[in-house]
Amino acid sequence: MRARAPEKPKTPAAFLLMALAAVWMALVIVLPLVNVLAEAFKQGVQPYLSAIVQPDALSAIRLTLTVAAIAVPLNAVFGIAAAWCVTRFDFAGKGLLLSVLDLPFTISPVISGMVWVLLFGAHGWFASVLEASNIKIIYALPGLVIATILVTLPFVARELIPLMQDQGTDEEIAAVTLGASGWDVFFRVTLPNIKWALTYGVLLCTARAMGEFGAVSVVSGHIRGLTNTLPLHIEVLYNEYDSVGAFGAATLLAGLALVTLVLKTLLEWRFGDELAANRRH
Amino acid sequence: MSLVVENITKRFSDFAALNDVSFEAQPGEFLALLGPSGSGKTTLLRLLAGLDRPDTGRIDFDGLDYLTLSARDRRVGMVFQSYALFRHMTVAQNIAFGLNVRASKDRPSKAEIQATVQRLLKLIQLEDLGKRYPSQLSGGQRQRVALARALAINPRILLLDEPFGALDALVRKDLRRWLRRIHDETGVTTLFVTHDQEEALDLADRVVVLKDGQIEQIGKPLELYRHPQSAFVFDFLGTSNQVPASLSDGVADFGGFSAPVVSPKALSGAQTVRFRPFDTHLLREGPGFEAKVLSLLPAGANLRLELQSPTGQVFETQHAHDSEASDLCLNDTVYLRPSKVYAF
Repeated sequence: MRARAPEKPKTPAAFLLMALAAVWMALVIVLPLVNVLAEAFKQGVQPYLSAIVQPDALSAIRLTLTVAAIAVPLNAVFGIAAAWCVTRFDFAGKGLLLSVLDLPFTISPVISGMVWVLLFGAHGWFASVLEASNIKIIYALPGLVIATILVTLPFVARELIPLMQDQGTDEEIAAVTLGASGWDVFFRVTLPNIKWALTYGVLLCTARAMGEFGAVSVVSGHIRGLTNTLPLHIEVLYNEYDSVGAFGAATLLAGLALVTLVLKTLLEWRFGDELAANRRH
Repeated sequence: MSLVVENITKRFSDFAALNDVSFEAQPGEFLALLGPSGSGKTTLLRLLAGLDRPDTGRIDFDGLDYLTLSARDRRVGMVFQSYALFRHMTVAQNIAFGLNVRASKDRPSKAEIQATVQRLLKLIQLEDLGKRYPSQLSGGQRQRVALARALAINPRILLLDEPFGALDALVRKDLRRWLRRIHDETGVTTLFVTHDQEEALDLADRVVVLKDGQIEQIGKPLELYRHPQSAFVFDFLGTSNQVPASLSDGVADFGGFSAPVVSPKALSGAQTVRFRPFDTHLLREGPGFEAKVLSLLPAGANLRLELQSPTGQVFETQHAHDSEASDLCLNDTVYLRPSKVYAF
């Protein structure tokens, strides 16, 4: 059931609240964004362009995209599997699984990074095994990927679970009785029914994966041009008082965020009924 | 091609959903599974479709051991109360689904599938709506599409789970007639789950009455109505008035007046007997059960009366509009005499 449409504000109090909200938004969102642009272009377009095409920046962009390109599909697959299990079967520990699924939302990203260092770091549980087989996880790409996966784990599953719960299993059962294989049921019935919610979840997951700082910072080691993702690259430049470089790189991240926002809004506008965000009343 | 269900038992933890259920359906028969909610009728349907497995028992179809076949291979057409149409497919795509998912060696050609879809669209009288999506159809139309989709796979049996449960009364009655016609045209053995006795009696060749996971009675609608085997069946099939009586030699004596008894067994002595609203006479003078007229309402071709005895018991009776009852007014005192009673 969709909630009743809100009324247009009529009373002075309503206008006042609206104005307050607008001013607050301007202060905490628009102003910083404008500031990012202002700082980035402070010395003109040329320094800005050279800041974002310097090798370290390009490598940071490449690394960020690589991490996202690995972490997001894995989390999409995991999210679908988890949502499928939770909504299609009753099993012991279902409640526990749902709670654990929310853990990455509630614990600090620093912890999400730290656990991997404790497991795979130089003094971690698996240190000897990793050293013997010459596999590097911490301060390398695998570490960045698993830290990102942990932080972005719930996005897809959380988006799919309410929708799949709502849609029920009748269509899938009908498909089976009509002779469809498990494969056919998934690709012809389940997946088409969840495709927009899945897209939405993947979008949020991607945005978070590319913007993640805390967890990635712990496992990265901040090796320039090697293990610095875009957010880490920005921090390094900022700490070196290279404000044009830092804010220049920041415009890229902010740009990514804006693209995400536009896509997200488009999805919500076009397929609102199928998205969890609109049905959590 | 007959369906044989033998000694089926199904338990969910410590609750026996079905307890030693056996029945047969003849080729082309239209069978209703009738019972209140919790009687096990939907469980039975799920077992037949292969969505669940019985704990013990046998399900055979035309010599085929159904329990060795998966739901996918049973070729059972299933129609749900919720329609369960594929929401992202058009009506035509929905109907074609069962044919499109067949392994390529068994799959009919595109043209054949197209022809089947057209033939079924015509059968369900929605020829022009093949390109619509389920959300653009009314409830009754959706249920017709669901039926066409089930028929497309040329099912061995058709299973319908309260198919009209979500529809309003008028559409329901219409679809009922239509379903019967489709059944007679296609000749598919059909099992139909319902809790609506009127629907079951109206549609089915035979009715299986279920109660608490067990079969109470199986019979043709008229047989069931004329010779109910238990108080449950009698009460479930229509309004039932109950009074104490003394039985002997097939006659119920109420002290001063009596009525013939219909019963599956020879009963005597003090018993509770039951009678239908229309098996009654209303008289201005006794003997009879004294009662006051509580309400007088039209019920189709009849007049429906509610009467209250001095002890507070309420009787429901029905009479023709031009009978003695039509002269009665509210609060009149009348004497009620059953013309036929049932005892179990």
